[in-house]
This record gives sequence, structure tokens and C-alpha cells, in this order.
Amino acid sequence: MAMKGKNCVAIAADTRFGIQAQTVSTKFQKIFELGPRLYIGLAGLATDVQTVSERLKFRVNLYELRENRRVKPKTLLSVVSNLLYERRFGPYFVEPVIAGLDDVTSEPFVASLDLIGCPMVTEDFVVSGTCSEQMYGMCESVWSPDLDPDQLFEAISQALLNAADRDAVSGWGAVVHIIEKDKVTTRTLKARMD
Amino acid sequence: MECLIGIRGKDFVLLASDSVAGRSVVAMKKDHDKMFQLSSKLLMAVTGEGGDTVQFAEYIAKNIQLYRMRNGYDLSTKAAASFTRRNLADYLRSSTPYMVNLLIGGHDDNDGADLYYMDYLGSMVNLPFAVHGYGSFFTLSIMDRYYKEDMTKEQTLALLQRCIDEIHERFIVNLNSFKVKIIDKDGIHVLKDIRPTTKPPVEAEGTQQQQQLMDTA
Repeated sequence: MAMKGKNCVAIAADTRFGIQAQTVSTKFQKIFELGPRLYIGLAGLATDVQTVSERLKFRVNLYELRENRRVKPKTLLSVVSNLLYERRFGPYFVEPVIAGLDDVTSEPFVASLDLIGCPMVTEDFVVSGTCSEQMYGMCESVWSPDLDPDQLFEAISQALLNAADRDAVSGWGAVVHIIEKDKVTTRTLKARMD
Repeated sequence: MECLIGIRGKDFVLLASDSVAGRSVVAMKKDHDKMFQLSSKLLMAVTGEGGDTVQFAEYIAKNIQLYRMRNGYDLSTKAAASFTRRNLADYLRSSTPYMVNLLIGGHDDNDGADLYYMDYLGSMVNLPFAVHGYGSFFTLSIMDRYYKEDMTKEQTLALLQRCIDEIHERFIVNLNSFKVKIIDKDGIHVLKDIRPTTKPPVEAEGTQQQQQLMDTA
């Protein structure tokens, strides 16, 4: 999930990699950095999470080499949408969320897409995954506009932890990135490992 | 019905695979080696669809060797595993996907010992210990309990013995021998096959008395 705050954004994910009921790894990376203040989180089939992040990094690298500047969050949304829609009739089973600050204006940005690339930009938060309904409920309760970075960290952490605890296949560890104008703070949460 | 076990120790990786080669309900060969050498310090254990296993393993092994020939040095474990993952993921959505699950264990000068778990869809994870197959249901909890970082070879072999004993105890399929290999800074070493510890048969309570009655009658 990702949330907007006052001049900052936060993105968080659990770290479980499982095959149906069996948990294989508790340190699986689902959030990837595509720029100093631009992150994408991918929920869904693990192999497609890895493939899409690799292919996306390739496209972003080429973009940055050609344009000689960093990609804007809004543009990244279009790049991901294009990548996913190319596979309209044999899609990648991922649901991305994007969180970042614009490179020039430092304006916060959050967005999400479905597995075939339908983009959705919101003013508050975005969620994706098996416990998306639980996350919607939690986010709606804990989020309010213009939270500062520390309040935003508390809000997104509580939202993720409690939503994941109500889903049998989510959880087993969590990681949160708080993206501000001058720094990115990454914290691993102490989560229920069950 | 096949089982692959991998455990990372202090600067080495231990890979074990069951040695039964079966088709349907028949055990065709009891001393089959499911591990393929990719390079001097890279080993891949493979299970899955018959044919796919050997074809895919040899394809990857030859490509790793080609890289070495072209560039003069070996690929790192992480790079070789990523290359393997890319191939599996690319073939997944083709008309000829490979149905193989694998464990890649290797040793680098830079990163030390590494163990990678990969399933047939191409999801890859770096793990301290990993198991493929039904055996995973019996052994992962044992490893969660007894595994520690930086174990010695003896400790790792003891842990492996525990796992194999549990599989022998509770898994309905008889996997009674495992091929074991270790990869460390000096290369790949083949160890002796490991079998489950034989325990004396447990007699049910009444049978001794029954036997005595039968003898006297």
C-alpha cells in the first residue's frame, strides 16, 4: 500500500513469499526503487513481481538515458500501464502501486494499477493484494490529510500490520519506506510471524 | 515425490537430493544423481517433469560454460541464478514451458556461499535453507527449529540427518537414500550417501504374549 502525507509519501509491503499455505521465505522483496524518490510496490504472483520489476527497470533506464533526466511519477504510471497492457490477453499477475515525489516540484504522488494496466491516481492512499479490503478499511480509519512523516509512518504501519493480521496468507514481516524531499527512511516492522 | 534439500553453512552450501528415479508407481533406479555441475563452484539440483529436468539443466550448464569461455571468468552465484530465472520466466509463457523446480548452491570469492530456491514459475529467493517437494512439509519446521547461522559441516550434516529421518518416518513414499554434495571455496565435494538411521522395530504390547501362546500351542 502507499499513502500521501504533507510533502512526503510512504509505501509499505509485507515480505512473505508463499506457495498456497506454505511460507517459503519471510524476506521477499516487493518494493523496488526506480529513482531517488520514486518507488513501486508489486503484489501478486512472485515470478511476475520479479519479471515486471526487471523489465520496468530496463525501460526506465532507457528512458533516463534518452531523456537525460529522471522519470516523473506520473510518467512512470504510463510506462507501467503500457508494459502491462501489452500483455492484455496473457497478463502479468501483478497489481502495482506507485509512490513518489516529483523530481522538480517535490509534489507527492500515489497511484495504483490493475493487472492489465488500468491506472488510478488518488489523493489519499492506494492498496493492493489479497487483503485489499482489510487494507481499505484500515486506511480509511487511520489516514487524514497532511500527516507529517512520523505520523504518516505510524498510520501506514498500523494499517498494514492490522490488515495483514486478518488475512491468512499475508504478513510474515513488513517493510516501510518513508519518502521525503531530502531523504528516504526504510524501516522493517516487528510483525506477527504467523 | 522427489525431494531436494539445501542448507547454507559457514562459507559452504550443502545440497542433498533423493536418489530414486521413478516413473508413475515404479522406482526405476535407486542411485540416481539429480545434481548438475554448472561450473567449478556452482551446483544445481533439479526435480520436475522427466526430460525437462535434464534438458534444462544441461542447457543452463552449457551456457554458464560459454560465458566462462568468452569472458575468462566464472559467473557469480547470483548472476547464474538470475540467468536461470530469466530463462525459466521467458519459457513460462511460451508454448514449451519447463516444469522444473531447482536449488542452486554456489560459492563466490565476493559473496561467500549462497543458496537460491527457484520454482517452476521462475520465482527466485535467496534462503539459508530450502526444500522442494512433499518433503518440505515435514522438514521446514525442523529446520526452523534447529538451524543456526554459520553452522559447521558436522552440524549441518546432523541437521540433514534429522530431516531425512523425519521424511523416512512420516512420508508415505520410500526415499531411503540421499546423494549429498558440499560446495565451498575449494569446489564441489561429493560426500557419502545418507540413509535414514535404522531404529529397532517397535513391537506392539500384546504381541510378545501372543507369540509365547503360539509357541506353546
